[in-house]
Amino acid sequence: MSVRSASALPEAAAAPERAGGRRALAARRRRLMVNGLRLLVLVVWIGSWELTTRIGLVDKFFFGMPSGIVQRLWTWITEGTALGPLWEQVLVTMEETVLGFLVGSVLGIILGIALGRNRLLADVLSPYIKAANSIPRVVLGALFAISLGLDLKSKVATASILVFFVVFFNAFQGVREVDRNLVANARILGADGRRLTTEVIIPSALSWIAASLHISFGLALVGAVVGELFGATEGVGELIYNAKNNFDANGVFAGMALLAVVALVAESLITALESRLIKWRPNPVTDVAI
Amino acid sequence: MAPAIQLRRVTKRFLTPKGGVYTAIRDLSLQVAPGEFCALVGPTGSGKSTTLALISGLEPPSEGEVEVFGKPVTGVGHNIGYVFQADAVFPWKSVLDNVAAGPRYRGASKREARERAQDWISRVGLAGFEDRYPHQLSGGMRKRVALAQTLINSPEVLLMDEPFSALDVQTRTLMENELLQLWAASSASVVFVTHDLEEAIALADRVYVLTAGPATVKGNYVVDLPRPRNVAEIRFQPRFDEIYQEIWSDLRDEVLVSYERQKRIGAA
Ligand SMILES: Nc1ncnc2c1ncn2[C@@H]1O[C@H](COP(=O)(O)OP(=O)(O)OP(=O)(O)O)[C@@H](O)[C@H]1O
Ligand SMILES: [Mg+2]
Repeated sequence: MSVRSASALPEAAAAPERAGGRRALAARRRRLMVNGLRLLVLVVWIGSWELTTRIGLVDKFFFGMPSGIVQRLWTWITEGTALGPLWEQVLVTMEETVLGFLVGSVLGIILGIALGRNRLLADVLSPYIKAANSIPRVVLGALFAISLGLDLKSKVATASILVFFVVFFNAFQGVREVDRNLVANARILGADGRRLTTEVIIPSALSWIAASLHISFGLALVGAVVGELFGATEGVGELIYNAKNNFDANGVFAGMALLAVVALVAESLITALESRLIKWRPNPVTDVAI
Repeated sequence: MAPAIQLRRVTKRFLTPKGGVYTAIRDLSLQVAPGEFCALVGPTGSGKSTTLALISGLEPPSEGEVEVFGKPVTGVGHNIGYVFQADAVFPWKSVLDNVAAGPRYRGASKREARERAQDWISRVGLAGFEDRYPHQLSGGMRKRVALAQTLINSPEVLLMDEPFSALDVQTRTLMENELLQLWAASSASVVFVTHDLEEAIALADRVYVLTAGPATVKGNYVVDLPRPRNVAEIRFQPRFDEIYQEIWSDLRDEVLVSYERQKRIGAA
């Protein structure tokens, strides 16, 4: 319905369909233009990269070359990598990332809510958490490589520790920022402590937690790849590491491209998960007033 | 018989963010008889909401005694209903689940709670909106959800903090009449906070006027208008005017004090 425009513009009220159609057309045209410009940016970027390396303005030994990267990806796909079939490497990294993400966020949510609900616990543990948060945690990957070995576990541990802190702080803050009116209302309506947690605290903290999941999935990927760099026998990180050892810039870029694809797929999954978790929130995508 | 609500020389102080102490209520005493409908009027910031918070048990008094049905209030009681001044419906629950929340928390089965909620949703005129989330409702509709959410628990003590101030005049009159009917059918004791003296007189058996903050009782006035009342018509009775004049002369002084004070703070 074009209620808003109809009341604002008298002539639009006479022909609401036409006005709506015109607006839809304008929106479509804009979308087309944005996508066209995006493509242009890509073409200019890749084109100038290819051109400058081809004529030798930029050394392709250090910076790779788009056509070389595509070629490298193609050989990986068709002939497999030095470590085995490509899809296996991607799958291994995915597995480490997803497991690390799950472990880290579940622990983060549980501990964040527990500390948010318990003043004493929060006061006792806060200096340790702050200290742990201030060290660059990726170096723990080295420790895990020693203590947990070169297989899956050390990567999952590295990924989950990165995820944990982000989710933990958001869950903690989410609990602290709960609307006091809602808590008061729930208490008046008869909610006990447990109900207060499940019916008020967790739902209202969820929007904070959901916001942190975007960042933390990216961090899980970072953790998994860093874990692989510290020592592994398979995975995209190990592919990149090998390429680096062979001074194969194209291989490094090809590995990065793979990671970008993984991250983009994950991002869309998280967005879907988020809109499931907090469907009660005003949503600009589903609440369109056409 | 013990009064339903009794406040004896109650004082409430708050710590301000700067570390100072702010006295919101000083030496306030009031009484509400069982089944009585009391209105609380006073200038803005005088401590009306704070008074309700004390009665509900959400806030403890700094000094003095608060009793409900003869027992000192030590926490949130199960027989209290409270319609908050600010929006307090749960944004992540649909209208149906919001209204069903009280019965659920009080141990009713999901099915029973929803059936009762359905009934109350119709009573407040929201039938057809059961599946909406609060952000999809108007402010007035959210207030009605809050009302149904409270009344479904049939509270013995009903605290209402400016429940109708967001409604248009027509809906407001309808809801006021509806409230009077529901109250007459129950035995609830009501404390109804409002800025609107006309509303206070039209609804209440007794009107308490609070002073500009820190609040204490400036006076209390019996409203001896006959019941059952029709809110839309009762305003035209000559007796209504007399009572209005009597209370307004007191209230006006306090409103002026409060207004002058705020102007001074604003200028400083
Ligand atoms: N938690 C709090 N901490 C500090 N000061 C508070 C707190 N709650 C209320 N106050 C102060 O107490 C005074 C009375 O507040 P209250 O909300 O009871 O006023 P009110 O009479 O309900 O006003 P209104 O009609 O505008 O709703 C105000 O000056 C307010 O700033
Ligand atoms: Mg108030």
